[in-house]
Amino acid sequence: MHLKAFTAIAAVLLFAAACATAPEKSVEAPEPEPETRVESEPAPQPSESMKSEGPEPGSYADLVANVGDRVFFDFDKFDLMPDARNTLDRQAAWLKRYPSVTVTIEGHCDERGTREYNLALGQRRAAAVRDYLVALGVSASRIDVISYGKERPEAVGSNEGAWKQNRRGVTTVD
Amino acid sequence: MRAPAILKRVIGPFVASAVVLAAAPASAVLKIDITQGVVDPLPIAVSVFHATDEGGRKAARDIADVVTGNLERSGLFRPLDRRAFIQTPEAMKVQPRFADWRVIDAQALATGATTMLEDGRLRVEFRLWDVFAGQQMAGLAYFTAPSNWRRIAHLISDAIYQRLTGEAGYFDTRIVYVAETGPQTARIKRLAIMDQDGAHNRYLTDGQYLVLTPRFSPTSQEITYLSYRQGTPRVFIYNIDTGQQEVLGDFPGMTFAPRFSPDGNKVIMSFIKDDNSDIYTMDLRTRQIARLTRSSAIDTSPSYSPDGSRITFNSDRGGTQQLYVMNVDGSNAHRISFARGRYATPVWSPRGDLIAFTKFVQGRFFIGVMRPDGSGERLLTESFLDEGPTWAPNGRVLMFFRQRPTRRDGSGGETRLYSVDLTGHNERRVVTPTQASDPAWSPPGSAPPLLR
Repeated sequence: MHLKAFTAIAAVLLFAAACATAPEKSVEAPEPEPETRVESEPAPQPSESMKSEGPEPGSYADLVANVGDRVFFDFDKFDLMPDARNTLDRQAAWLKRYPSVTVTIEGHCDERGTREYNLALGQRRAAAVRDYLVALGVSASRIDVISYGKERPEAVGSNEGAWKQNRRGVTTVD
Repeated sequence: MRAPAILKRVIGPFVASAVVLAAAPASAVLKIDITQGVVDPLPIAVSVFHATDEGGRKAARDIADVVTGNLERSGLFRPLDRRAFIQTPEAMKVQPRFADWRVIDAQALATGATTMLEDGRLRVEFRLWDVFAGQQMAGLAYFTAPSNWRRIAHLISDAIYQRLTGEAGYFDTRIVYVAETGPQTARIKRLAIMDQDGAHNRYLTDGQYLVLTPRFSPTSQEITYLSYRQGTPRVFIYNIDTGQQEVLGDFPGMTFAPRFSPDGNKVIMSFIKDDNSDIYTMDLRTRQIARLTRSSAIDTSPSYSPDGSRITFNSDRGGTQQLYVMNVDGSNAHRISFARGRYATPVWSPRGDLIAFTKFVQGRFFIGVMRPDGSGERLLTESFLDEGPTWAPNGRVLMFFRQRPTRRDGSGGETRLYSVDLTGHNERRVVTPTQASDPAWSPPGSAPPLLR
């Protein structure tokens, strides 16, 4: 959709501007994991998925099916838990395999917070995901972030199960 | 429909006129004390107005109906059933027969007359009576275009409220809010504006882009709000006269949580720079930007004191979200909320004496108020999710939104507007055509002139 295209263009411009100001904050920059560890992940077998009728390699569907597009957060937190780091390790490897892919990371919150605060919290979550990927060697210029606060829940329901799914950072392919 | 702002300044001679009818006696005994939370609303009889000719007949009834509805919703009045009235509108042309109203226990009586004038204008006359003292308490006559009958009804309601409570009324006011439709996972949100009583509802945006948190300018001519129209969430300004939407400034990142300064010259908001939310202002004349906070925490939801000298906001710089107050230049930021729980969305009362807020503790949300020094905290409402208070221009009533919990089968989750008195009494739903959130009340003195 043309909206998406516009978003992407705006995103790149914004990001360039943001970079020019030299970010001074680091959100729990992960220890750069040994490259071998990342590379040796039994990552998606692209050849296999090409043979079968799996998703097109390097597509968002591929990311969802074979890597995992999202990580989850604790209530009112934006630090990455071990599960999340594992997912992001795989995402980093996948992004290196498809160097032309650019992504937008969405930060989301559950409904139990005020709207404006959650917009800021969603931004922190998206940035935590971006910073981790960048620390693993993914170029920052390939990543944009956007916060949806509590405006776009994935799971409907006022219970811990739904809230857990909604406190998320989602990596989407542009 | 409305004239541009500039036109309005020169339109004086055409503005509807109001004439005071007879001086009210200085020593009226009838008065409602609204500081305690009214347990027994004042019984008032609002008679259908006397239509002196056929042209005014519809307005005579409609105006009385709107006045009755306003007074009833305020919680301070108990309008009596018209079927119990003994004296007819026609019979009260000169003066009511007070015995007829005492017998049905009316303490106050509102009467009036409507006349269609030869020049096409409607003349509406109104009088408020103290039934037991047998005296007139207020009297006004309005000359205006017949289409303005509803505004006249609100002005009459304001006059009654003011005369009997000593406080300014809030009936001739408007609400801007976010109209919500569609499933929670793909909600469609539109800016909407309506009169305080739900009349004249109209949508300002078409729902193509997510919009949030609209707030009026001091003149109510403009609305500042958040829109995803450019992809990145940004603060926009909507001009009510022209319908134009304009992004505010050229910030390299997300801007949100906007509000106008009391003089209307600035917009205060959060700007996310290097992933960190701080509070900034933008001068609308010079386009100059000033940064007011420099913490590594989330600083957001700023709101000016009505005299423009201070700003309240919320920040998690102390570990959890709490309320802070700082000087208008960002100096002397100090925490004012210290009880258990998270505090958010502080909004300064138009009277300056209180700050309303959202509180979240032990899985429940509350709307409350405290003094600007943090003392005297009082919680007014409680539910699964109450959020985002806004003050009536007289500082006596708050509106907010309430979201019901969503059940496992996906039912529930309705989001609606509510109002509550500063005393915590008279909590009621504010009826909107769709589900609704993020209400903002029009500021004091911002009612557009009544055009003839």
